[in-house]
Amino acid sequence: MRAAHFFWDASLNTPVFAPWADPDAKPLIRFQNVTKSFGDFTAIDDLTLDIFEREFFALLGPSGCGKTTMMRMLAGFEEPTQGRIELAGRDIAAVPPNKRAVNMMFQSYALFPHLSVWENIAFGLRREGKDKAAIAARVEDMLKLTRLQKFARRKPHQISGGQRQRVALARSLAKAPKLLLLDEPLGALDAKLREDTQFELMDIQEKTGTTFVIVTHDQEEAMTVASRIAVMDEGKIMQVDTPDRIYEVPNSVYVADFIGDVNILDGTLTANGENSFALHYAPDQAPITARSDRPFTDGQSAHLAIRPEKVAIHKEKPEGVDNLLSGEVLDIAYLGNLSTYHVRLPGGQVVKAQIANTRRLSRRDITWEDKVWISWTFTAGVLLDQ
Amino acid sequence: MTRLSRFNVVSLTLGFAFLYIPMLILVIYSFNASKLVTVWAGFSTKWYGELLRNEQFLDAAWVTLRVAVISSTIATVLGTMAAYVLVRGGRFFGRTLFSGMIYAPLVMPEVITGLSLLLLFIGIGLDRGVLTIVLAHTTFSMCYVSVVVSSRLMSFDRSLEEAALDLGASPFDAFRLVTLPIIAPAVISGWLLAFTLSLDDLVIASFASGPSATTLPMKIWSSVRLGVSPEINALSSILIGLVTVGVISASLASKHASLRRQQETQAAARTT
Ligand SMILES: Nc1ncnc2c1ncn2[C@@H]1O[C@H](COP(=O)(O)OP(=O)(O)OP(=O)(O)O)[C@@H](O)[C@H]1O
Ligand SMILES: [Mg+2]
Repeated sequence: MRAAHFFWDASLNTPVFAPWADPDAKPLIRFQNVTKSFGDFTAIDDLTLDIFEREFFALLGPSGCGKTTMMRMLAGFEEPTQGRIELAGRDIAAVPPNKRAVNMMFQSYALFPHLSVWENIAFGLRREGKDKAAIAARVEDMLKLTRLQKFARRKPHQISGGQRQRVALARSLAKAPKLLLLDEPLGALDAKLREDTQFELMDIQEKTGTTFVIVTHDQEEAMTVASRIAVMDEGKIMQVDTPDRIYEVPNSVYVADFIGDVNILDGTLTANGENSFALHYAPDQAPITARSDRPFTDGQSAHLAIRPEKVAIHKEKPEGVDNLLSGEVLDIAYLGNLSTYHVRLPGGQVVKAQIANTRRLSRRDITWEDKVWISWTFTAGVLLDQ
Repeated sequence: MTRLSRFNVVSLTLGFAFLYIPMLILVIYSFNASKLVTVWAGFSTKWYGELLRNEQFLDAAWVTLRVAVISSTIATVLGTMAAYVLVRGGRFFGRTLFSGMIYAPLVMPEVITGLSLLLLFIGIGLDRGVLTIVLAHTTFSMCYVSVVVSSRLMSFDRSLEEAALDLGASPFDAFRLVTLPIIAPAVISGWLLAFTLSLDDLVIASFASGPSATTLPMKIWSSVRLGVSPEINALSSILIGLVTVGVISASLASKHASLRRQQETQAAARTT
């Protein structure tokens, strides 16, 4: 389904959608050293970021890290304290919210309580002065898209939380803006409807070429829909990259830890070959070898981040593996399709290994307090300096 | 329903007796056949008839009604605008001073407000009459409106206005189409408050009016000084009746509205 974002770009003559990799591409949105302070609290801290046309850009980060604040600056409700924001190459500081070709879906929905669902969705269209028939047709489309036809005449207080969220989504989609800001658009929907709506959003984007900036707390959602993900912390962007790179090559322990499950082993490094390092993670254990394109100096302290699903677990000592560690099973978490084994190393560190449950439960042979071996390949982990 | 204890029954009776016995006496005496207020001479409605033939009272009533409608309408517009700017305008220079100043007339003794208005009208050479009473009433009732409206605006969810702007509404459209309909109940109660204040007012109207215009309270006050007449009792009873009907219908209307909203919500909950 990610393939939905990959189309044949004639100008680049490549089948990949990656304007951020093209030095000549002009970004649609450009944050330049933007700082936003509320009193003496800094919500956005010297942030620089480019977002390109037709992107589906996801903002990910803990609560209070400044995601909504970024969106509000794009929509025009907050002014940057310092720095500038460009939309299509022009500084937008002087453009009032109602003159920006940007629509926002509010985290709190902000539905007009005195208007029906139908009128809420039609509100933006009416401001454009479209004729009645065109408005009615567009509203019907939006109602169908969000499956709200039955509730068109209801007021916001007469519908459920998930339905309200869909009204807010429909209202912001109705005007088919160039840039759509969605602040947690699908949080209140059940899994099935959420998945359908994700596909709908991607489909809308395919058809209209709208640029989406979406805030979500759901990593899986970000992975599914986004062309790129920005991971934020305390007003700063920690990493901006494609979902696969965010997952496979995080640039810091923070990002590795924030996205998905990860094992972190701390130690000091010595070089032992070209782009190859030995991590001394415990005094009386053989070091772990790992590949890294990033340079490290001898004796530098570093962290090895390795995903649980890349760690193999064995009952018998295997032959010919890059990194082999012994340990004892501390805990087993059964997740249906997967099982996670928590293995304690002699030095006290706990490493999680995740195995797909291809066999029935009764036939698996590793249980609590078993002595086991864990292993991973030379390229499976990422060495991080911070 | 809980049963009231004897103590509660007694305090309730006393309290309400205190409030309503004077009015009850007034209403009873308005149906007195005798010209003497203190002597009961049988039931009669003749004073109500007299009242309707009394040109002076009718004139005064008409002046009062016009003044109340016009001044409360102007006061509502101005007071709502002032409240909107003070609550929404952000931190502009002198905002704290302005918002303090808008409440000052509330605590100002009426005599002083009246006197200062009188001096102003004389100073600018404005003939005193209906116009000056309207101006004076607008001046003092506007602060009441702005207090009522600004307390509603403070609890108003700002993001609704932002959503309207975001969807392309001009700031004026956002106010007209979103803010105003939502704060309408507060604006209406502000208008009603201004209206009753204007109907009520004696002191400021006395300062601001001239020989050409007399309001009902002024008329009642001046005729009572010549002795209480049964006609005044009849007039006052009519006023009490009007107020009672107004209050009861207002509370019935709001009860009906909240009941309907509740039913709608329940109906929605059932079908989803
Ligand atoms: N108007 C304001 N005045 C003062 N502080 C504010 C204001 N708006 C936001 N903040 C602060 O700025 C920080 C970032 O807020 P923001 O709403 O952007 O967070 P968020 O990333 O959207 O969080 P969440 O995921 O919980 O929605 C928070 O610490 C918040 O308290
Ligand atoms: Mg937020």
